[in-house]
Amino acid sequence: MSSRYEIRLSGSGGQGLILLGIILGETASIYENKNAVQSQSYGPEARGGMSKSDVIISDEEIDYPKAYNVDFLLALTQQSFDRYTREVKKGGIVLYDSTLVHSPREGDYRLIGLPLNDTAIKDIGKSMVINIVSLGAIVKISNIVTIENTEKALLKRVPKGTEELNKKAFYAGVNLAK
Amino acid sequence: MADIRFIQGNEACALGAIYAGCRFFAGYPITPSSEIAEMLSEELPLVDGAFIQMEDEIAAMAAVIGGSLAGKKSMTATSGPGMSLKLENLGYACITEIPCVIVNVQRGGPSTGLPTSPAQADIMQARWGTHGDHPIIAVCPSSVSEMFTETVRAFNLAEMFRTPVIVLSDEIIGHMREKIVIPEEGEIPIVNRKKPKVSPEEYKPFKGEEDYVPPMAAFGEGYRYHVTGLSHNEEGFPIQSGELVHQMNVRMHNKIYKNLDKILKNEVYMCDDAEVIIFAIGGSARSSKGAIRHLREEGIKAGLFRPLTIWPFPEDELRRVCSKAKNVLVVEMNLGQIVFEVERVLGCTGVRVDGLFDSSGEPFTPLSVANRVKEIIKR
Amino acid sequence: MGVNYHEYLREKMMPHIWCSGCTHGIVTKALIRAIDKAKLDKNKVVVVSGIGCASRMPGYLDFNTLHTTHGRALAFATGVKLANPDLHLIVVSGDGDAVAIGGNHFIHACNRNIDMTLVVLNNNIYGMTGGQRSPTTYEGDISSTSVYGSIGSPVDVVNLALGAGATFVARTTSYHVQQLESYIYSGIVHKGFSVIDAVSACYTAYGRRNKQRYKSSVDMLNYMKNNSVNISAAREKNPDELKGKIIVGIFRDSIEPEYCEEYSKMVNKIKSR
Repeated sequence: MSSRYEIRLSGSGGQGLILLGIILGETASIYENKNAVQSQSYGPEARGGMSKSDVIISDEEIDYPKAYNVDFLLALTQQSFDRYTREVKKGGIVLYDSTLVHSPREGDYRLIGLPLNDTAIKDIGKSMVINIVSLGAIVKISNIVTIENTEKALLKRVPKGTEELNKKAFYAGVNLAK
Repeated sequence: MADIRFIQGNEACALGAIYAGCRFFAGYPITPSSEIAEMLSEELPLVDGAFIQMEDEIAAMAAVIGGSLAGKKSMTATSGPGMSLKLENLGYACITEIPCVIVNVQRGGPSTGLPTSPAQADIMQARWGTHGDHPIIAVCPSSVSEMFTETVRAFNLAEMFRTPVIVLSDEIIGHMREKIVIPEEGEIPIVNRKKPKVSPEEYKPFKGEEDYVPPMAAFGEGYRYHVTGLSHNEEGFPIQSGELVHQMNVRMHNKIYKNLDKILKNEVYMCDDAEVIIFAIGGSARSSKGAIRHLREEGIKAGLFRPLTIWPFPEDELRRVCSKAKNVLVVEMNLGQIVFEVERVLGCTGVRVDGLFDSSGEPFTPLSVANRVKEIIKR
Repeated sequence: MGVNYHEYLREKMMPHIWCSGCTHGIVTKALIRAIDKAKLDKNKVVVVSGIGCASRMPGYLDFNTLHTTHGRALAFATGVKLANPDLHLIVVSGDGDAVAIGGNHFIHACNRNIDMTLVVLNNNIYGMTGGQRSPTTYEGDISSTSVYGSIGSPVDVVNLALGAGATFVARTTSYHVQQLESYIYSGIVHKGFSVIDAVSACYTAYGRRNKQRYKSSVDMLNYMKNNSVNISAAREKNPDELKGKIIVGIFRDSIEPEYCEEYSKMVNKIKSR
């Protein structure tokens, strides 16, 4: 049985999904000695529009770099929810933002709605950390990498001076998912 | 401690260039290759190298040739529309035998096409794009690690054979991030161009040695020689004699085609018992490996032949590997290009050659490749 | 003391390809004298050219010589210079090479102010390919692709160089041999990008087609002699009086930050951080 685990991070441009993917990939490949691949698809716009970032984590060599049989989908907009739930495998997990996604459709997957955006705004005071709140929730729910290692990768990656803020956002996400 | 990083293919390419000894880069911004230029603009000054953003793609290729003639290992990076412009001076680099590396991170075409999506439709352009007869070397990385190692190999081949070498990548490999263990210094051997051992009076800058490759002096080293894009004699001066021109062209051909053992490199994956062999490079090879995983689980004996050197074409090795197979499937992100080479090579061997082609800018999924394999073996 | 031309020529390359009556040889000799006067080490001189009659010059000169593609000489030279700033770069180019197909490189080389000297052997025609109209062909003149007379006013190489920011800009003609040598010399010793518009004559492809002005190749030199106006005198005249005249002189000689030096400063700065 393959250990390949496919994560698709979807939403809109500017939500920091690529950075989120990079941190997950770095955690797996640098801190947990696994293999990881991250890729993204994007259009010409720098902000807005659909955004998608895939992360594959595996103990084995990863051939195909994109998700096509998704184990874990993060959907931060209704549009991305509608588009990508189709590619979630039977029994996979769909984590969505409970306010940005207003009509989550049921399917052959485990549906989890959390107030990721509200938490970023209310608890941290910045909607832009929605990606880091999501990171905490993804790690807690999926168990694909450890919380400790993700924290290490996160703190190495974020700009100096923002470590505490990001740590707070990360653990807010972890706690949301408990 | 090993230097493990999680970086983009384009970044690995830039780091590989520095590792190989590249100390000159001239470029022009273009998606999806710009990260190579961006990273080298940061890295080259730190190793006393030079980086310059030129006024256009043509100028960038010209400057790279100038940099190499001044003695620096030189490189440029681009994508399809830029490659079309670079061909003019790529031809110049071929006839004047200038070592240099050109990275083409392929995107959808023709023309502006799909700037942010992958394609593999410049394969024939790499071989035949510039006018006239000339050999070329093109290497095809398929992972972030290979963006590093194949860039190093491209520089080594360029230096060894005094020739431009194309790194033919694609947007999938260029933009994806993957784990890479950065090789330590000395781990991969580095090749430097042969220098003349004779006096300036005796030096013939275009006279091949036993390996057909002429030693190369840098401008400023005391060998005052002439370099021209006109057909020239061993001393570098223009000639009209048809016989001498032909001799020169043949020597330049031989320096690549008589040294194939040093140039060709292939990955042969699960081909020993394979009834169907997939031929793929770059991003498509990864989809194909995924497909082979599925097919093997279902008991279908599939394998992969993946050239890391696509030009010159690996004729003998392809024929050997496919000798026992019934079918060959060529998977490429275009409407059918390299399949013609595969057909040419396997034409009389009784192996049936089919293709899976797509120009949508979406990489093949392993399932689409697997389904095509099932289709062709059913017939 | 006269210059020993033999020392600078690849005599085995003779005879050259230039026609009788062509004045590219005069420019070549002026260039040799200027290099001699500047006492440059032959091993450190790189002469670069593109395509055309003028671009054959490097082949005859005993330096590091680079005969490149049409219009691209400046871009090649930029690579050589940046990779080894100790080399002295001299680029020779025809008018079509410099400001038609090479126009973009011309503009950006001027703007970049990299230390090299461009000599434009400006004979107002594509000579090598058979006398087609060039960007500097005079309005109304006959060429093989403007058989009813060239339409539009010619590109002024000096104005283009000034507008693009070259820091040394001069023009003279192949009639004014001493001035030509002196301007090329000034260009070579100038730290920055210098442009010398050297008006040259092509009787074979241009003069012969425009007999109203030139009965012979000598007439072309006489035309340069009789129609050249020094820049200081030109300032006193109105535009009508200057119609058809060749304004000669040094148009700009200024010192601005040079590209390679700025690059080197940047490297030192970041490495000392």
